[in-house]
Formats: sequence, structure tokens, C-alpha cells
Amino acid sequence: MTTTTYEAQAPTTTPEVGGMGHSRKRVEDARFIRGAGHYIDDINLPGQLWLDIVRSPYAHARIKSIDASEALKVPGVAAVITGKDLEGYGLHWMPTLAGDKQMVLPVDTVLYQSQEVAAVIATSRYAAADGVAAVLVDYEPLPVVVDPYKALEPGAPVLRPDRGEDLQTNRIWHWESGDRARTDAALAGSAMVVKEHIYLPRIHVASIETCGCVADWDAVNGHLTLHMTSQAPHVIRTVVAIIAAGVGLPIPEHQIRVKTHDIGGGFGGKVPAYPGYVLAVAASFLTGKPVKWIEDRSENLQADSFARDYHIDAELGVSADGRITAVKATTIADHGAFDAQAAPLKFHAGLFNVITGSYDYPDAFVEVDGVYTNKPPGGVAYRCSFRVTEAVHAIERLVDIAAHERGEDPAEFRLRNFIPADKFPYTTPTGWEYDSGNYAAALRKAMDMIGYEDLRKEQAEKRARGELMGIGICSFTEIVGAGPSHDFDIVGLKMNDGAELRVHPTGKALLRIGSQTQGQGHETTYAQIVAEELGIPAADVKVEYGDTDTAPYGLGTYGSRSTPVSGAATAVASRKVREKARAIAAHLLEANVDDLEWTNGKFSVKGSPDRAKTIQDIAFAAYTNYPAGMEMGLEAVDYYDPPNFTYPFGSYICVVDIDKATGVVKIRRFVAVDDCGNIINPMIVDGQIHGGLAMGLAPAMLEEIPYDANGNNLAGTFMDYLLPTAVETPAWETGKTITPSPHHPLGAKGVGESATVGAPPAIANAVVDALWHLGVRHIDIPLTPQKIWAILHEKGIA
Amino acid sequence: MMTKHISITVNGTVHEADVEPRLLLVHLLRDDFGLTGTHIGCDTSNCGACTVHVNGRSAKSCTMLAVQADGAEVRTIEGMADGATLHPLQQAFWDQHGLQCGFCTPGMIMQAAWLLATNADPSDAEIREGISGNLCRCTGYLNIVKAIQQAAAEMSAAAETQTGATASVAG
Repeated sequence: MTTTTYEAQAPTTTPEVGGMGHSRKRVEDARFIRGAGHYIDDINLPGQLWLDIVRSPYAHARIKSIDASEALKVPGVAAVITGKDLEGYGLHWMPTLAGDKQMVLPVDTVLYQSQEVAAVIATSRYAAADGVAAVLVDYEPLPVVVDPYKALEPGAPVLRPDRGEDLQTNRIWHWESGDRARTDAALAGSAMVVKEHIYLPRIHVASIETCGCVADWDAVNGHLTLHMTSQAPHVIRTVVAIIAAGVGLPIPEHQIRVKTHDIGGGFGGKVPAYPGYVLAVAASFLTGKPVKWIEDRSENLQADSFARDYHIDAELGVSADGRITAVKATTIADHGAFDAQAAPLKFHAGLFNVITGSYDYPDAFVEVDGVYTNKPPGGVAYRCSFRVTEAVHAIERLVDIAAHERGEDPAEFRLRNFIPADKFPYTTPTGWEYDSGNYAAALRKAMDMIGYEDLRKEQAEKRARGELMGIGICSFTEIVGAGPSHDFDIVGLKMNDGAELRVHPTGKALLRIGSQTQGQGHETTYAQIVAEELGIPAADVKVEYGDTDTAPYGLGTYGSRSTPVSGAATAVASRKVREKARAIAAHLLEANVDDLEWTNGKFSVKGSPDRAKTIQDIAFAAYTNYPAGMEMGLEAVDYYDPPNFTYPFGSYICVVDIDKATGVVKIRRFVAVDDCGNIINPMIVDGQIHGGLAMGLAPAMLEEIPYDANGNNLAGTFMDYLLPTAVETPAWETGKTITPSPHHPLGAKGVGESATVGAPPAIANAVVDALWHLGVRHIDIPLTPQKIWAILHEKGIA
Repeated sequence: MMTKHISITVNGTVHEADVEPRLLLVHLLRDDFGLTGTHIGCDTSNCGACTVHVNGRSAKSCTMLAVQADGAEVRTIEGMADGATLHPLQQAFWDQHGLQCGFCTPGMIMQAAWLLATNADPSDAEIREGISGNLCRCTGYLNIVKAIQQAAAEMSAAAETQTGATASVAG
């Protein structure tokens, strides 16, 4: 695949048509800027009750008793539901997307702080909260295990005795990839081996809208409508049907409708099924009324699924002439008390074995052990495709350390070791086939944009004066678009997505897709795909999603899979429509289908461009004057099974200045050059990158949810869990190269998470680069002033 | 349950209500008056999704009791557009792609409006400081800053035109 510059790629459609490459303004914004969006807490149904949750103050405890008598006296409180109540229906446990199970409510033991213990149903938000305060729970605290290494020690309390007899251990699973023997041999034969322990702390996606739902059980018609904040509504529908069938409740899948409405950010946190959803459904079933559950921020930060918590021991071999020989990583993954990650079922550590990165070498081995601890479920994404951030952080830190240890410029070391552009498609040592790439072009462009040589000179001068300035590079390769059906499923559901396109008689169209938008702008960009393929103006295409009664099946939006899978389905459905349109055009033009050519939204007879029919003419004819024997109408459905993942990549360069007195790291500049293949909407791609960069800066600089020895969450509110504000966030500088995906119908790759993956190592590498001459070779993120100041103090600088 | 009678003018319309003294202003606006454009993103006054104007000043409506707004003039996102004509900030957020999921947007626009009311020509740093009580998880803030700059320029130009027109009439 040839790499072109962003600027060189001109749209092939007019701005009026608005196909690919146009920065079309977003249609969904019309409602959002007026406050007319329709988010979950904006939905109120007649007769609705409210659900609020009693949560455990202890990280591990036996429940001796639950006394709801005082709560039931609170005005407005209708019912209190406990684990024992649910046990009667078999609803006290639910399956997780990772093949484990999770308590909806505990019957006798709580396993983490803020775990759901009971639900209060009341006539108002306030009455439900009053009821929660009045429920008396008597706990007997049990020994707490927060350290996953200690959880694996002999004699550690087994946290999940509910598992089978042969699974009485806190080790959830062991997962490995690559060739251990070959990798060990390659490392043993390397001139230099760089080793580092890298910890990526527990963090939380913290979308500004928390999670919630309104469950509406219609007992007369035997129908459940579940309005909810979900990135994967169809999966939820199927899971609810499976749970219901498993416990004998009469809620079959055709009587379940999941509606998502507008979603205030997802980032992975709205993929799982949380106990609150199940409780709301149970409460609606019990009371016969709609039941609303909206978590508050503290509940969101303390009990919803978490990301990262990866303890990585990584090694990188380098030959005497500066070539990487092998990588090896041994990892402990803290998954909390229930393995509720939303990863493809066969991939316990997600796509972590993409750890070989952007570099060309033959050997790699990774192994990961998932571990139970007394923490809420971990292992969901944080705007990242299944553990890719962890993998990229490890390899990009190792590469930087290796370059520094060799006394070599990190850019030079990377350029020598990159997979050459002419070696694509490239099969990695762990078996991935990278579809296309030109890593040197992206890095060189970033270096040009930021003025790399001048910055290195400035750094040398500043260092001579005792000032601390650092330059950090990250050249990442992502793996997105799960996934090919031969290997990728979630609870058995193949990770394919549907698109259904109907063209109306007047040439307007309705597109329904199985993926979901939680800010990505699908209503805008998917119409552009149809415009590109059919010449129907994007403004004439209505895009619908998020209603399982009407949208085709889809696995949802996460792991940057929308454009690679659902976008591809949209392109293919459009092409199916075009082929039917060709037959109708031939009929109208009294020509042979093979004599027609397609240009600019119309079919014309080859050599006679005046003999033409526009897609609008053809649409009308599809309902009024179609060939004998043809079905009426102009529509198509496609379920797209991607032949491979797509592999977006990029090179980021970060410049930091460190205040010696305070340890404050100031990001002076941040240049991001991304290559996500062909671009549907440049404005939206840039917006995705800006947001991804901020969510990369966040864990690099600020965010961490630590636990004390008793399992208390020490960052359970926005007072302690610090999201970046506009002040800490630099003015991002973005650039592009374009290397299309050879297998995606549009040549596109997906972009939503690239920057979240690429930014943290660039920042960490910059900070270590500023301190390397003081003997600092690694610092775990977040790079807080306290942490940096302590290092400077120890080195006698601060 | 003890209640207190209050009267609040919201976007020019007088609303009367009997409320519990503990009722938050944001819940009054959303649940009682149906003005759901004002959102709730945290419970500690950090995120600013609930930002409205109370008597012309920016306020986080999740940190204010409804009874404290008795007799006040409140403006919410629903009161920003003049019929079909968007407020310059609404238009600028749209033009500059200053929003993605849209959840923080109403609060962000209300805070930006207050910022521009107090500083018609803010610098980049003043804009960033001015919206630092409002969290956005989607945009990385750059396009929000650009949107506020666009609106500031348009509102200043409009104000100058208006001043000029008045002057020429007077002259």
C-alpha cells in the first residue's frame, strides 16, 4: 500500500453530496447544543419507581443479617430486595461477558467495597436514598486481599469458593502466546537485555454521564423494554434472554427491546452488564411498574468495572548492532473479584500479544495470569482495544530504555528497527498479520512538525544549565476491528456487525446499523459512507441505531470496531444496492448491464454520457417501473465478517519541562501524527484524536485508583480521581499520513483509541528522557508532582 | 413531609413549586420543570455538567438548593437560543466540533457564556482557566477553546456594530 499525505487526498464527491473526506458538520449536534439530547436520566415513564442501592463499606465480609424493617417504614419506599430474595428466583448471580459469573446481590459474602448488597425501590429519587440509609446490615469483616501477588501465595484466602473443586485458587486463568523456548534462547544470545517492571495502575473511564437504565416490564403483553446506557445493546438483549431462560422467567428474546438513546460517553465502561441493570429489571418484574436506576459518580468510580491494573515484567533483547532480537513479558492482571472484562472469549488477555509493536524481529513470548482480588471487577477497556494500551506502553518504554542505554537517539533506534514499509502484510512473532504500515514516514513527519533536531540541541543546552527538559517518542501500532469470526466471539456471538440500507422512492435513504454511537458521530459519518458509495447526499440519509427492535444485529461499539466492521457493512450494503440499481438503470436505459458505468451517483451508457440515470431516478423506478421478475424496492442488508483486523499506527512526540522545585511536569508541546487509513470525516478524526490524547494524558499524569490494605478505594470521587481539565491539557498538534487498509472496503482503519494508546508512553518517555542523566530509567505512571519531586529530592536536585 | 413554596423565573417563565428544603436546584429543573438539558455528572461540584446562570452568574445547580433560588432568575441551556436563531456559542460549538457525546456541552456553553460576560476578549489561557471547572471527557478541549474564541469574536463584532449603529443614530 502506498502512503500518501493527508493533504493529497481530495474527496471524490462534491460538498453537496458530502462523501468521504468532507469535514461535514455533525447532524447530532443540533440537539446537543440546545440541551435537547435524550440521555438515560432524561427518560421518565408514567408510574415510574426509583431504585437505589445499599453498598458494602467492607472489601471482604460475611453478611450476618440485613434488616430492612426501618427502610420499609420510610415514606415512599415500596420494597427492599436482598440477595436472599433473588436467590429464590436464581437471579443472585449473573454471567459475565468473560465467561465468569458475578453476584447481582450477595447472599452471604461481599467481595469488594461498594459492592451491591440490597436494592431499595421507592416512589422518588430522594425516598429511595432515604431507604438506603435506613437499611441495617450487620457485617463480619474477613481478611482482605488487595495485592494480586499475595493473592497467588499459598494460604491466601480463596475469594471465589463458588468455583469448581479444581479451581480453588485465586488464579483465574493462565494465558500465553508466542514461543517461550525460542524467545529465551534469543534473549540469552543478545548483546544487551533490557528488563523493567512496569505497572499500569487501576483507572476508570469516568464518562461524564454515569450508567443507568429504566426497566419497563409490561406484564399484560409480556414485554420488557430496557432503556439503558449500553455500548452493545444487542449483546445485552441476548444476555438478558439467556439469563431469563436460565431461571425460567417468561422473557424470551423477541419480547425484549433494548433502547440506548443518547449516551454521554462510553470508552468501554458501558459495555458490561452491571448488577444495577439486573436489579432494575427484577424490580420492574416484581412491581409491574417502570423502574429507574441512575448511579451517582461515587458509585460509578467505586463499583463499575475498571481498566488496567497490569503488573508487567518485560524484557527486550538487542544485538550489538542495535537491532531488536526478542521481547518477553510476564504479567499479573488484577481482575478484581469477578472476571467481568469484555474481551473476546478466547483472548483472556485481549490482544496483549500485539506487544511486539512496530518493530521487525522474529521472537516473542508473553504470558498473563488473571487474578482475583477484593476489588471491583477489572479488565474493561479504557478507550482501548483489549489490552493494547498495556502492550504498547511496555514495548515503547523498553525501546526507549534500550536506546538510552546504547547512548543512541530514540528516534534513530526506532527508525533502524521499524518493520520496513515493503514488508507488509507482515506477520508478527505472535501471529498477527499487520495489514499495512509505513512507520518511518509517520515518525519522520512528526519529527519535522515538531522540529526534532532543534529541540535536541535546546535540550543539550538546557541540561548544561541544569534545566530539566525531555523529549519523548512513541511509535505505536494498534490492532482494532474485532473481529474475524473464525476466532472472535463474545459469549459465543461472532463479532460481526450488520447494516441495513433502504432507499425510498424519492431517493432519500434510511440506514440502520448494529453499532452504537456514544459521541463518535455515526449519524454524520455513516451517511457519508452511503453518500460516497451511492451519490445520495449525506443530508438525505437518516442513520438509526440503538434500538434492538429495528437495528440489525451488531456486537456494539468498542475497541475502535465501528468503522472497521460496521462501516464496512455499510459500504458493502451500499454496493449491494448499487448492483440492483445497475439492473434497474439497464432496464430504464434499454441497455445491457455490462454496458453501464457508474460515476458521480449515476449509471450511464459507456460512450454516451448523456444516456444516464441518477440514483434518485433509479430509486423512483425501483418502486414504479422495475424490470419484470425483479422484486420491488431498493434495499440491502450486509453482515460484515472482517477478514482481518486493521492496524492503525502513528508516531507521537511530546516535549516536557520539569520544575525542579515542585516536580510539576509541564507538557510544552505534543505532536501526534496518525495513520488510520482512508478518512471518512477529517474533522471528526481530528476530534477523536484530540479526545484520545486527553485520555492518554489522563492516566499518564493524573489518574489512579489506589486501594489501601483494607481494600478501601482511595479515589472514589472526582475530588480524588483527577480528570484533566482544560488547564492541564495542551494545545494538541495533529498530522496525518494515509496508508489505506488493503482489506477494508473503504481502506479505513478506525481511530477512536489510537491516541489513548499512543500518548502515555510518549509522555512517560519524555519525563524519563528529562531525568535519564540523573540515573532515572523508569517511572510508573501517573507522573504526579509528588512522585517526580520525590525522585528529584532523592537525587539531590529538589 | 415539610415543603416550602418557591417562585423561580426560568428562561423568562415564572414557575411556582412546593419543594422539600433539601431538593437540589438541578433536580427541580430536570425532574419538576422537565428542563433536562442541564445534566448531572458528579456529586462533588467538580464536573460542571449542571452549570446554569442564577441571577446572571454561573452556578453549579447540583450544589445549590432549590429554595436558595427562590425569587431568582435562572437561565439554562434551553434559554440560550432565540427561537431558531442559535446563541453565538451554540453555533460556535457546532462549527468548531466543540462537542462529541454532548453530555458536558450545556454546562460548558453556560460557563463559557458567563466567562464571555465577564471577559469579552479572553486569551487562550484565560479561556482554559475559565472553563477549568467543567470537565469534558471526549474533546480534549482544543475545539472547545476554538469555539469560545469564535463566539467571542462574533459577539464582540456584533456589539461593535450595535454600538456603531447607536452612535450613528445619535449622531
